Amino acid sequence: MIPPLPKPPRKNPILRTRLPLLPPSARSRAALGLTAAASRGRFELQVCNDCGAVQYPPRESCHRCLSGKLCWRAQEGSGELLATTTVRHSHDTFFQERVPWRLALVRLDVGPTVVAHLHAGCPPAPARVRLGARLDKAGQGVLVAFPMDEVPNMADDRQLREMTCDPKFRKVLVTDGKSAVGQAVVRGLAAAGADLIWVGHAEPWKETARFAELATLPQVALLPLELTDSQSVREIAAEIGGKVDILINTAEVHRTHGISSRSGVETARAEMDVNYFGLLRLAQEFAPAMRARAADGQSSAVAWVNLLSIYALSNFPPHGTFSASKAAALSLSQCLRAEMRSSAIRVINVFPGPIDDEWNQTLPAPKLSAEALAKAILSALQDGVEDVYPGDVAQEWLARWQESPKVLEKELSI
Amino acid sequence: MAASSLISLAAELVSGRVRVVDLTQTLSPQFPAIALPPEFGQCWPFRMEEVSRYDERGPAWYWNNFSCGEHTGTHFDAPIHWISGRDLPNNATDTIPPQHLVGPACVIDCSAEATSNPDFLLTADHVRRWESAHGRIPPRSWVLMRTDWSKRSDPAAFQNYDAAGQHTPGPATDAVRFLVDERDVVGFGTESIGTDAGQGYHLKPPYPCHYYMHGSGRYGLQCLANLDLLPPTGAVIFCAPLKIKNGSGSPIRALALVPA
Repeated sequence: MIPPLPKPPRKNPILRTRLPLLPPSARSRAALGLTAAASRGRFELQVCNDCGAVQYPPRESCHRCLSGKLCWRAQEGSGELLATTTVRHSHDTFFQERVPWRLALVRLDVGPTVVAHLHAGCPPAPARVRLGARLDKAGQGVLVAFPMDEVPNMADDRQLREMTCDPKFRKVLVTDGKSAVGQAVVRGLAAAGADLIWVGHAEPWKETARFAELATLPQVALLPLELTDSQSVREIAAEIGGKVDILINTAEVHRTHGISSRSGVETARAEMDVNYFGLLRLAQEFAPAMRARAADGQSSAVAWVNLLSIYALSNFPPHGTFSASKAAALSLSQCLRAEMRSSAIRVINVFPGPIDDEWNQTLPAPKLSAEALAKAILSALQDGVEDVYPGDVAQEWLARWQESPKVLEKELSI
Repeated sequence: MAASSLISLAAELVSGRVRVVDLTQTLSPQFPAIALPPEFGQCWPFRMEEVSRYDERGPAWYWNNFSCGEHTGTHFDAPIHWISGRDLPNNATDTIPPQHLVGPACVIDCSAEATSNPDFLLTADHVRRWESAHGRIPPRSWVLMRTDWSKRSDPAAFQNYDAAGQHTPGPATDAVRFLVDERDVVGFGTESIGTDAGQGYHLKPPYPCHYYMHGSGRYGLQCLANLDLLPPTGAVIFCAPLKIKNGSGSPIRALALVPA
């Protein structure tokens, strides 16, 4: 029985805000494969191409036949919970603050026996459990033993919450509430129990459909925020930066031009100014305050979400300058992720395919609805993943890109 | 004559018998920029990035880089701005004769009409009625349309959009033709974001003030402020654009000399 997460009391302003600590984060190059899969919400283990043996822990050559041909493969994760234990003392500063900590010994049906973090919903050993991979506070892949079936308040498990970024009872900034995507994200956050949602909006003289409705949500506070204006970003960060637990950057400019279909650089510059420099301005002004609050009790600062595009991976020439701006934003978000890592704040990149909006009007289906994209963003926070590729187009492009970036480039250039 | 007039003007400036009125809105990121349909190119709003402020980027000095369009804030429109004026001689900010940039101003008060009707159009009849009260508009004058629109400090109220577009006052086609053809004005100025009305696209021709003023080598001023501090006649304005090579316009610091 997992108790539901209580609404946290107000912070005691007399007490020092504690600093974030990280769990042990050293990994071998091979072990980072588990982290890479977990960052996309997948549980993968190495499988030997020659003899089929499943490997754990990650290694350079097969434990059974010594073949070097090990490939990462998705795992179902079902297994037998053999034993559990409770750690009550640790020499590690991160776990010292968190004991007692529950661990499990699980024998996977595919072979290996592993030590994993134990979700409180699991029945006592022996029992059937499902193993999954999550990212820990250090951004490294770890294994968690889950109950086979959903249990009440599953997400509220104390140990699991160290690996997720659930918006429940948290304060969230959505940088642009004028787009359909921003509005869907705001509504999703409200439904997911966010405590307060600041909704940024630029160019106050431009009304957009359904924007005014947002203000009727009790959690919502509208906030003039212009990502092209450094002063605006600085002022808003000064006003609320010390309270933002999750920042979701939904602001983007999207025009549908390559190089030759639009003369001059003005349209491309407008895209860069919001999609790249807007992110840079936000990061410079909001990240320091968020880093300082990464261990600020139950509702600490925990995540930063960037709305990128699948075109960030490989240029889609009909939307070429937009693709380039998103590629720049992707690169910058990797820098942000590195700078946020020591504070345990997760940077989540979302790579949708074409969204069903004004600027993709002439593209054929399938297109991602604003609601589906918002749902993917909410799930990413709740599951604590780093990279999300929502929708069929994004999934297909990702698969092609992973297979061969060069082949994908050639295909897109026809 | 000229030398002694200038010296006496200088003395009156020093004594305060001639006052200088600032007709300029403050350039800030919050000041609204003209918005075109999003598929068109857009004019930059005013933006400012700090270069250094007595810090590691420059220890003893504070300065900024700023960016804006030629048509941002209180600004000047040159004839080359409009297609009708594109082939005229001396039609750009660097070639306009400086003599045209200082001159007398006639201020037509339309504030009551604009308050009750944001789409108010100044007609030739309005201008004639103004002349019957204040005298004929002298040749080579600036005509400024006072609407008190500059007092709308809320950017949304200043822009005044609805689903049919912008609703701001401006001149009717016949007023523009009258001022150009029969009064030989040097230019026309407004307090709102364009010299044409917000719904000027639906007039004949579209945007008549841009079309006829610039087509006949005249100038435009917009986003002017403090027109309520000017007398109907008797003020002299200074409205020089930056000397941008082949520029279509420029933000300006518009000033007026008025009798105290």
